[in-house]
Amino acid sequence: MTKLLVPYLTAGVTENWIDYLLAMQAAGADAVEIGLPFSDPMLDGATIQQASDRALARGVTIDAILAEIKGAPVRVPLIAFTYANLVFRPGAEQFCRRLAEAGFRGLIVPDLPLDEAAEVARAAEAAGIELTLLVAPVTSDERLAEIVARSRGYVYAVSRMGTTGERDALASTAATLAARIKAAQAALVAPEEALPVLVGFGVSGPEQAVEAGRAGDGVVIGSALMRRVLDGATPADLEAEVTAVRAALDRADQEATADHASHAQISGHRG
Amino acid sequence: MPTLMTEPAAGRFGGFGGRFVPESLVPACDALAAAFSGAWADPAFRAELNDLLAVYAGRPTPLTPARNLSAALGVELLLKREDLAHTGSHKINNVLGQTLLARRMGKRRILAETGAGQHGVAAATAAALLGLEATIFMGERDIERQQLNVLRMSTLGATVVPVTTGSRTLKDATNEAMRAWVADVDDAHFLLGSVGGPHPYPWMVRELQRVIGDEARSQSPYVPDVVVACVGGGSNAAGTFAGFVDTAARLVGVEAAGGAAMSSGRAGVVHGARSMVLQDADGQVAEAESIAAGLDYPGIGPEHAHLGATGRAEYHSVKDDEVVAAVRRLARAEGIICALESAHAVAWVLREAGGPLLPTGSRVLLTLSGRGDKDMATLGAVA
Repeated sequence: MTKLLVPYLTAGVTENWIDYLLAMQAAGADAVEIGLPFSDPMLDGATIQQASDRALARGVTIDAILAEIKGAPVRVPLIAFTYANLVFRPGAEQFCRRLAEAGFRGLIVPDLPLDEAAEVARAAEAAGIELTLLVAPVTSDERLAEIVARSRGYVYAVSRMGTTGERDALASTAATLAARIKAAQAALVAPEEALPVLVGFGVSGPEQAVEAGRAGDGVVIGSALMRRVLDGATPADLEAEVTAVRAALDRADQEATADHASHAQISGHRG
Repeated sequence: MPTLMTEPAAGRFGGFGGRFVPESLVPACDALAAAFSGAWADPAFRAELNDLLAVYAGRPTPLTPARNLSAALGVELLLKREDLAHTGSHKINNVLGQTLLARRMGKRRILAETGAGQHGVAAATAAALLGLEATIFMGERDIERQQLNVLRMSTLGATVVPVTTGSRTLKDATNEAMRAWVADVDDAHFLLGSVGGPHPYPWMVRELQRVIGDEARSQSPYVPDVVVACVGGGSNAAGTFAGFVDTAARLVGVEAAGGAAMSSGRAGVVHGARSMVLQDADGQVAEAESIAAGLDYPGIGPEHAHLGATGRAEYHSVKDDEVVAAVRRLARAEGIICALESAHAVAWVLREAGGPLLPTGSRVLLTLSGRGDKDMATLGAVA
């Protein structure tokens, strides 16, 4: 099965940030996570935090970000990644409606665990937005099953304990966690209805992406790309980076046994 | 009126509180809530804590009549002297409890955030006493203005980590401490210094600080008409109010004008709880601005938000110049140099005495949450 590649981009990090988004799309991203910058990103490491600070220092607003996205020739699904206070400030209903109007497909709110997610889940569903929930290595089996049942779009496997950020090696917890999620899904739904399991946090380069992809159905890459942007990479540079990861994932896929003919898709609203 | 003696359901205070944390922290918060419940119900734990509070922290702290100010203002003013507790503020009550709990949970190190440094000093002190490692996160800007406390922390063996992000104050130090906790949740206890953060912190810290209110109640010859305390996150106020919430006393929290979450903020989620937060139209958290580093915080504990929303407590704010004047007036009238934070409560009494909010003849109990040694450089600079 072809592994999904979902790069992350902090909206507004530079004036031409939409060009980075289009570069990711051109490089073969299956979807893009768009970080809506927040002043106090509790789960982000230094790189994404710096990207958020830079975007906010440029004076970006949520309205401006959404308007820019709406006007851009984006074909891949977009998933918003942001924090609870930005969702609750206008109200969950209005926030999700605005996301949908701008063309977003999904939403991830890392400081909104299962227990606090009901209101936003309802608002997201009403707006046609898929609220993806996160699972951590320390999540209990019982809780994991409920998160898997309630997640939409995909299930986000947080590969390691810690914040977002580049690491030298993929945490050993990643494969274990992805397998646990897969097992929970197998107990819940038929294989064709199972949501993709994406592995994120600490996935830094092509090799780690392949490793993470092996564990789950695909990977999210954030800090490694944002570090390049912060260091001055052009959209063309970034396109080359993402293309390299795409190629590595595809190569690994061809080398793997050809048991799976189907291509996983990020859509998967199971109702 | 509920006194909230027991664990609030799902960590809620009305529409406030809760647990807005990454999934990685949920099991740790659950474990902490269970551990605190168990410890708080365990007579042996309570006895050990009470012993430390008595023989180490110097409790009970006295209730001092401010005779000269009372005569001048026309109100009867009693001061609950948390400035006389070991390390110089009420923060010691909370850290002794949490550090004992951390040790009981088998943790090896504590992580703490600090603004003015009083919580950091208290945390470093308790860690030294009980044999845990301490890492204290402090905004770079606060490090500059609170050099004395930085020295105290390092002398006590703690590692002080300068936080260079955002406003480089308490808000950012709190983010950094929470991030560090996510990465080391098995080994580390996050020793939160106020009544904010995810459940169980607002409840746990309030319970550990209620010793202030309970003592004051038993020491006071009467139930005061008005109970006043300064509020940043609001732990000394929460502890004080807890002793009087079931009486007819009016409860008054005094915020910094530049960080007045109750009057200028809106409901929102920051640092793990839903409460009142200073923020812009998108929900970006605003940078608070106060001469008192300990009140330089854009939020407030969720129980205060609830007490305010239900009208059980009232919240007012005072400006920096009133605060500086209050430190000097209290010092010259009573021979007590209080912290800039505590001086907010004093400033409110000075401003309102004889007026409609604090009529002549009122009996006022004011918690003096800490002493002002740390603020001498700041005071000198505004002389």
